[in-house]
Amino acid sequence: MVNILANPARFLRLAGAVLPWCWAVAAVSGGIGLWLALFVSPADYQQGDSVRIMYIHVPAAWMALGAYMLVAAFSAVALVWKHPLAHIVAASAVPLGAGFTAICLVTGMLWGKTSWGTWWVWDARLTSVLVLFFLYLGLIALRSAFDDSERGNRAAALLALVGFVNIPIIKFSVDWWATLHQPASVLRVGGPAIHPSMLWPLLAMAAAFMAYFAALLLLSVRAEIAGRKLQALLIAAGRDEQGTPAELRGQAR
Amino acid sequence: MTAAIGEFFRMGGYGIYVWPAFAFAALVLAGMGWRVTARLQASESALGRMQGRTGKGHS
Repeated sequence: MVNILANPARFLRLAGAVLPWCWAVAAVSGGIGLWLALFVSPADYQQGDSVRIMYIHVPAAWMALGAYMLVAAFSAVALVWKHPLAHIVAASAVPLGAGFTAICLVTGMLWGKTSWGTWWVWDARLTSVLVLFFLYLGLIALRSAFDDSERGNRAAALLALVGFVNIPIIKFSVDWWATLHQPASVLRVGGPAIHPSMLWPLLAMAAAFMAYFAALLLLSVRAEIAGRKLQALLIAAGRDEQGTPAELRGQAR
Repeated sequence: MTAAIGEFFRMGGYGIYVWPAFAFAALVLAGMGWRVTARLQASESALGRMQGRTGKGHS
């Protein structure tokens, strides 16, 4: 019991210090990013103003991949060292990653309709990102499918590690296969092949997305820690035969 | 002035794709924020009441 709560206490202190900075970065760089993306950056010479979808599509895609790498890393830590906080961090990041993947897919479909003339093609990049989205949903479902939360956590951590094979497939799908989706133009060997007038709004939006993700992750972990403390108290109260108020028992999950 | 604003929202004819993309992103981001803060409030207020009732487990 002490072991479980000792590290979360340190985490909560750290989270309290970091959280205001996350909100500040999210608000400031999000404001600057939107302003640059919608008003300052030029329309593309081929795609016109539809290129502005890029400023949310690409950062969302980076977050979709980044969140999954975080989930996989913390799942590995949780499985190897049985660190109680690691499962909580992994579980908290999954729905956020699913959200960013949904943004990536929907904005990509809208962008695809304008530049390719179709909402969807089953090319390697689009398909592998759709697989990533289903992986996220699978992780949510699998974790909640067990009555014993410890077994649910272990099963989800294993699936997260197995699913990691999809990440390099997504990243390099545009190089390995002939895809309709274009290859990387920012994170590539030889530096970004994109003009600064379009690179800056992209980086500002990416910073905003990352900071927002970090803020929600910290809050979500805090909620989970409070939930587990509550559960521990309810169990202790039950053992003391004090009786547990029904309305509290309902909120223990 | 109103013509300039209209032109801005038209996005050179791509407005029907650009704005739904931004709106969907805003909706999902706001939804994630709402879900997390609602869960945090529910669990922390329940924990507070429980700690007040049993008089132990203060952090």
